[in-house]
Amino acid sequence: MTTTDAAAGAPAVTVNGSLLGLAGTPPATTALDWLRGRGLTGAKEGCAEGECGACSVLVARPGTDAATEWTALNACLVPAAALDGQEVVTAEGLGTAPGPGTAGALHPVQQEMAVRGGSQCGYCTPGFVCSMAAEYYRPGRTALVAEDEQPCVERSGSDEHPGAGEHGPNGFDLHAIGGNLCRCTGYRPIRDAAYALGRPPADDALAARSAAPPPAPVATRLADDEAEFLRPASLAEVLDIIASRPEAMLVAGSTDWGVEVNLRGARPPLVVAIDRLEELRALEVGERHVEIGAALSLTDVERRLAGRVPLLAALIPQFASRLIRNGATLGGNLGTGSPIGDAAPALLALDASVVLASASGEREVALAEYFTGYRTSVRERGELIRAVRVPLPLAGTTAFHKIAKRRFDDISSVSIAFALDIEDGPDGSRVRRARVALGGVASTPVRALATEEALTGAPWTGEGSEDAVRAAAAVLATEGTPLDDHRASAGYRSAMLGQALRKLHAHETGPRETAGVGA
Amino acid sequence: MSASAQRPASTLEDASTRTDTEPAVGRAVPHESAALHVTGQALYTDDLVGRTHGVLHAWPVQAQHAHARIVELDVSGALAVPGVVRVLTAADVPGVNDAGVKHDEPLFPDEVQFVGHAVCWVLGESLEAARRGGEAVRARYEELPALITVREAIEAGSFQGGQPLLERGDVEAGLDGSSHVFSGELELAGQEHFYLETHASLAHVDEGGQVFVQSSTQHPSETQEIVAHVLGLASNEVTVQCLRMGGGFGGKEMQPHGYAAIAALGAVLTGRPVRVRLNRGQDMTMSGKRHGFHARWRVGFDDDGTIQAFDATLTSDGGWSLDLSEPVIARALCHADNAYFIPHVRVAGRISRTNKTSQTAFRGFGGPQGMIVIEDVLGRCAPHLGIDAAQLRRRNLYRSGQATPYGQVVRHAERLERAWSQVEDDARLDARREEISAFNASHPHVKRAVAITPVKFGISFNLTAFNQAGALVHVYKDGSVLINHGGTEMGQGLHTKMLQVAATALGVPLPAVRLAPTRTDKVPNTSATAASSGADLNGGAVKDACEQVRERLAQVAGQVLGISPADVRFTHGTVHGLAGVEDGEPAATWQEVVAQAYAHRVQLWAAGFYRTEGLHWDSTRMRGEPFKYFAYGVAATEVEVDGFTGAYRTRRVDVVHDAGDSLSPLVDRGQVEGGFVQGAGWLTLEELRWEEREGPHRGRLATQAASTYKLPSLSEMPETFNVSLLAQATEDGVVYGSKAVGEPPLMLAFSVREALRQAAAAFGPAGTSVDLASPATPEAMWWAIERARAGGGAEPEHAPLHEKGHGHVDEADDGAVPAAPAQPAPDAPPIRPRTERLGHEMEHEAHETEHDARGTSQR
Repeated sequence: MTTTDAAAGAPAVTVNGSLLGLAGTPPATTALDWLRGRGLTGAKEGCAEGECGACSVLVARPGTDAATEWTALNACLVPAAALDGQEVVTAEGLGTAPGPGTAGALHPVQQEMAVRGGSQCGYCTPGFVCSMAAEYYRPGRTALVAEDEQPCVERSGSDEHPGAGEHGPNGFDLHAIGGNLCRCTGYRPIRDAAYALGRPPADDALAARSAAPPPAPVATRLADDEAEFLRPASLAEVLDIIASRPEAMLVAGSTDWGVEVNLRGARPPLVVAIDRLEELRALEVGERHVEIGAALSLTDVERRLAGRVPLLAALIPQFASRLIRNGATLGGNLGTGSPIGDAAPALLALDASVVLASASGEREVALAEYFTGYRTSVRERGELIRAVRVPLPLAGTTAFHKIAKRRFDDISSVSIAFALDIEDGPDGSRVRRARVALGGVASTPVRALATEEALTGAPWTGEGSEDAVRAAAAVLATEGTPLDDHRASAGYRSAMLGQALRKLHAHETGPRETAGVGA
Repeated sequence: MSASAQRPASTLEDASTRTDTEPAVGRAVPHESAALHVTGQALYTDDLVGRTHGVLHAWPVQAQHAHARIVELDVSGALAVPGVVRVLTAADVPGVNDAGVKHDEPLFPDEVQFVGHAVCWVLGESLEAARRGGEAVRARYEELPALITVREAIEAGSFQGGQPLLERGDVEAGLDGSSHVFSGELELAGQEHFYLETHASLAHVDEGGQVFVQSSTQHPSETQEIVAHVLGLASNEVTVQCLRMGGGFGGKEMQPHGYAAIAALGAVLTGRPVRVRLNRGQDMTMSGKRHGFHARWRVGFDDDGTIQAFDATLTSDGGWSLDLSEPVIARALCHADNAYFIPHVRVAGRISRTNKTSQTAFRGFGGPQGMIVIEDVLGRCAPHLGIDAAQLRRRNLYRSGQATPYGQVVRHAERLERAWSQVEDDARLDARREEISAFNASHPHVKRAVAITPVKFGISFNLTAFNQAGALVHVYKDGSVLINHGGTEMGQGLHTKMLQVAATALGVPLPAVRLAPTRTDKVPNTSATAASSGADLNGGAVKDACEQVRERLAQVAGQVLGISPADVRFTHGTVHGLAGVEDGEPAATWQEVVAQAYAHRVQLWAAGFYRTEGLHWDSTRMRGEPFKYFAYGVAATEVEVDGFTGAYRTRRVDVVHDAGDSLSPLVDRGQVEGGFVQGAGWLTLEELRWEEREGPHRGRLATQAASTYKLPSLSEMPETFNVSLLAQATEDGVVYGSKAVGEPPLMLAFSVREALRQAAAAFGPAGTSVDLASPATPEAMWWAIERARAGGGAEPEHAPLHEKGHGHVDEADDGAVPAAPAQPAPDAPPIRPRTERLGHEMEHEAHETEHDARGTSQR
C-alpha cells in the first residue's frame, strides 16, 4: 500500500506503508505533532520531553543483529524533517480494532496488552505498544528458557529463571519499556503481557523487513521564512556549513533539541542533522584505543561494544531510558556539556578523548581538558565531535554509581565513575592508579583529583585497607561544590560521593550482598 | 439478600472458567475499549481537533509571582502577532467571572494568587501563534506578601473555610488514664495527579446557539453549570460531552471547569471552535493537586498497646482557593481512625490558605492523609512500646459491633481480621520474618523488612445529595441495546462494568450491548464520577432502567410463550420459562420478543434512577452514617534498602482486598494494583518541591515536569505482586453484591512506607523508632538510616533543613500529658455544605440564590 501525496523527490516519510509528504511543515515541527496533524492520533503527548513514552513510534534503523531493526523513538523529540526518507510505524499501523467494515486484527503485542488488562485509561497504551513491539522484533532477543518450560506468566516469580528481574523467560528486556510511564495499572499486567510474547510468525511483514537494508540516508532541506532544517549528504558539507553559519545547531538523536523546542520555546534558525553520516557511525577496537563514532546511538554503542568496555556497559543501562538511548549519542551528551550528563564522568574515568573535526582537519583533545565551564568547552566554531576514543588497556576495576530518586530513567543528583588499577602485593592488594570522575557536583563534569591522589598507593585489601578507603571516601565527600535543589540536598550529594567509594570497596572486597538496589 | 445484590444463578463457581453463557457480571473481561486503546484508535478530547474545521488554539499568559496585584494588562502586543485572533480577558465575560462554585476562584483574576496563575488567554490560528501572542502580552504587577508553606500559613493564621471537629468520649481523661502517652508531628507532601492526558477542552457553538463542549472531565454536569454561568446562559443551552479521559484520579473533578469555560467563551466570542489543551508544564503549574497536610498529635496506649485516646489537629494545604478542600478535610477526619477502634478521640481540621495551586480531589480525597497519621503514630510508637508493629496494629483493629468516632457502626468489621490472617498465611509472613532476620544479621549494608497494614475506607459521598445517579437504556427494534449513564470513563473500567450490568439485567450476550459517551443532554444533573461511587450509583441506575424494560418485555413474552409473565426468564439472548431452555419447552429469541413488543407498542427504552438509601450526615456536628458501607483491605510489603545510598526496591507485595462480589475481576485487580503503585508513588517517590526561599522564584513549583517530578516507573513495580479479592464478600444492597474499588487500594501502600521505616530501623540498635519524611525518597531514607545508626535521636550534621523539621516522637515523662495540639477557636466556622444552607437560610440570602442553586460542590 503506497499513497503518494508527495511530489517526486520532495521530503516525505513512509508511515504505516503510505508515503506522506513533509512539504509545508515548519522545520521546528516535531514528528509527534506532524503525525497527529496527519490524523494519526494514536501517538500522544504526555510530557513533550521524552520522559513518558506516550509518543513512542517505530522507526526502521540500521541494526546490530540484523540489517534493519525496528527502533522505538520518542516522536516528541524528533523533528519531522529528520524522518525524510525513513519508515515509521505507529500503533495504528501495527493492528486494527474490530469496527465498521473490519473484523479487526490485533498485533500480538496489542493482543497481549488488551486481554491482560495492560490498558486502563489507554492514553499511554499506543506508546507502550510501540516500545514493546520494538523489543518483540529485536533480532537479538532469545528466550532464556525453552518455551515449553517457561513458567505460566501469571505466576512467575522474580527469580525463577536466568536474567530474572529485568528479563522475561522469553528474553524480553524490561528496559525496552522503561521509558514508558503508566499512571493507571501499576505495570504488572504490562510486564506480564511483555513476558508472554512469543517469536514473530514467519509471515510477519515487519519481522521480514529486518533482513533488508535500512532506508538509505537522504539529503534533506526543509525551510520556511524563519528556519531551516538540513541533512547534508556528507561530513564535508556539514563542516562547511558550521564553519560559515555559526547559528547552526547540530542534532543527532535530537533529544535535547526536542526539549528546547517543546519546553523552552527555542526556535533554532538552522538545524543540521548528522546522525546518519557514516564518518560518525564507526566503532573500532584498535590496539591502542577503542574509537566510538559520535553519532552512534547509545543503544548501538552498547550492542556493538558487547561488554568490551565494562565501565560503559555499566553506564549505558543507567543512562536515561531505552527510548532515549535509541536516539541519544555520546557526541550529543558531550556536545551539550551538561554538568549532569552521565556519559562524561564515565569517559573521564576512562581517560577518554574526543576527536574534533573541522574543515581544516582533526585534533584530539583529552576529555579532562575539554570542558571549560557551564555548558562551554574548547570546541571551536566550525568543529564537531566526530568520535570518542577510549585508550587501552582498560583499568581492571570499574564502576558507575548513579544517585537518583528513581531506579530507571532519572536524572542524576550525582554520578560517580571509578576506574582503578589494583595490583596484588604480599600483604594484600594496593591501588596502583585511580581515576575518579564526578557529575553533578560542579559546573562541569570533573575529575576528583584529591581522591585519586588519596587512593593512589593505598591498600585495597588486607591490613589498613578499611581505614585507607574510609579516609579516601572522606576526601571524596569534600570534592566539588554540590548544590541544594529539587533533586537532592547538597549534604546528601556530598555524602553520596563518599558512600560510593565505600560501596565499591565493599562490593569488590566483601561478600556480595545483593543484586541490585540502586547503582 | 436484597434484590439489588442478587445475581442470576451461575452454574460454575470459578469466575475464571466461566463461559459466555454465564452472567456477564463477575466475568474477567478486558476493558471495553481495550482494542481501541492498543491500536491508538481510542479518541480523547484533543484527538478531535484534527477532525474539526477552523479550530483556534488557546494559550494562557501565566504570571510569575506568587501573590501580586495586576496593575496593568496590555494585550495590544499580542494582537499584533500574526495569527493571533483575540485575547480573552475579564472584560469579555458575559456572565459570572468565576471558575468554581465558591465564588473565590475568578476565571480571570485581578490579583495573582500563585506562580503560574493565568491572567488572560490568547487565541491563535495555531498553537504557535497563540504562544507567541502570549509572549507579547505586557503585564505590570504590584507584588504582595505571599505564604507558601503550611507552616507559614499556620503561623500567619491564614485559614479558609470551615474548621470541623470530630469528637467522641473524653480525650483528656483517656490520655490521663493511659500508661504510655506520646506526642509528635508529621508533615506530608501533596501529590500531582499526572494523568497522562492533560486538561483538554474543545468547544463550538452549534445550531441554534447551543454551546457544545467536549471536555476531559469527571463531572460533566458541573462543567456544564460553570460554562453556563460564565457565559450567562441556562444549563439547557450548554451540552458537555466526555468521550473518555486519559486518567483523572480526582484531578478532573473540579479542575476542568475553568478550561472548558475558556474554550466556550472563546467559541462564543469568535464563532469558531476553540481548543484548550494544557501542556504538561502548564498543567502542573496551574491545576490543583492532592493536599499536603500537617498534623500534630497526642496518643495514649495501655500497657498491652491498646489505643486509649487520640488527639490530633490536621491542617491541610488548601492552596489559593477553597475548591474541594472542605469535603477533603471532612473525609480526612472521618478516616483518622483508619481501621482501629479508639475509645476517646478528638480530631480537629483546618484548611490553610497559601499562594499555591488550588488543591483538590485526588484518589482517596483526604482519606489517605487522615489515615497516614495513625499509621505513622503506630509505626513510630511500636518500638517505644516494645511491641512489634504488626501486633500493635492487629490488636487495635475494629471488632464487630464497634462504631467509628462519628457514630457509624463498622459493619463487617470481622473482614479486617479475616483479610489480615489470609495475608499472613498466603504471604508466609511468619517464615519470611525469620528469613529476613537472618538476612539482616548477615548483611551489614543491606536490610530488608516486611510490614503489614490495613485499610478501612468509607464508601459514599459525605454529602448525601450526591448519592444519586441516572441512566438511559435503549433497546432498538433489532434487539441491540444502547446504554448511557451519568458516569465518566477515566480508565477505571466503569463502562466495562456498566455493560456487564446491563447484559446481566437484560439477559443478553455482552456484545449485544453498546455504550455511548457521557453527555449532559442524555442524563442530566449527574454527580461527579468520584468517591469510588461510579459503579455503585450508575450501576444501580443502569440496572433499574434495564429492569423496567425487562418487566415490560416479560409481559410480552408471557403472551408469546403462553406462560405467566412472572415465570419469564431472560438468559443470554433467549427468553424462556422456569424450566429453562429444554427441548419442548417454550422459548423465543430476545430479538423475537423485542420485535413483538414494538409491534404491540410497548416502550422499549427506559430512564433509570438510583439513590443510595439509609445515609444521613450532620456535617456541623460531624455525626451520622455518611457511608453505605466500608471497603476493607490488607497488604504486606517487603522492601530491601541499600545502607550506602538509601535506595530501595519493593521485593514482594501480598494484598487481600474486599471488592464485594466483584463485578469485573480483571478490572478490579487492575484498580487494586494501580491504586497500590500510585499510593506507593505518593509515599516514596513523587515530590512536589515548591521554592520556599525568598527571591524572584518564591512560590515556583520546582518539580513541574516529568523530568523532575518522578512517577513510579517499571522499576518501582513490586517484583512479586500477589492480589486476591476477599472471598465470600457479597455486599447487600449494592449492585450485584459488589463494592467500590477505585480509591481504597491506594492506601494499601502504607505498607511500603512502614516497611521502609522498619528497614531503616534495622540499621540501628534493636527498638529504634524511626521518623520518616514523606515522601520517603532515597535521600529521606538515607537520613533516616543515619539517624537510626546514631540510635534514633540525633540529627545528622549535614541533613538539609527540610529533614530537620518533621519532629520526633516524644514520650511524656512520668505520665505527664503533653499539651494539646492547636484547637479550633470557639467561633470557628463548621463545614456547612451550601445545600444545607439552601434548606435553612435561603430566604435570608435571596441575592445568592442564583449561585446557590448550583453551589453543591461538596462531597
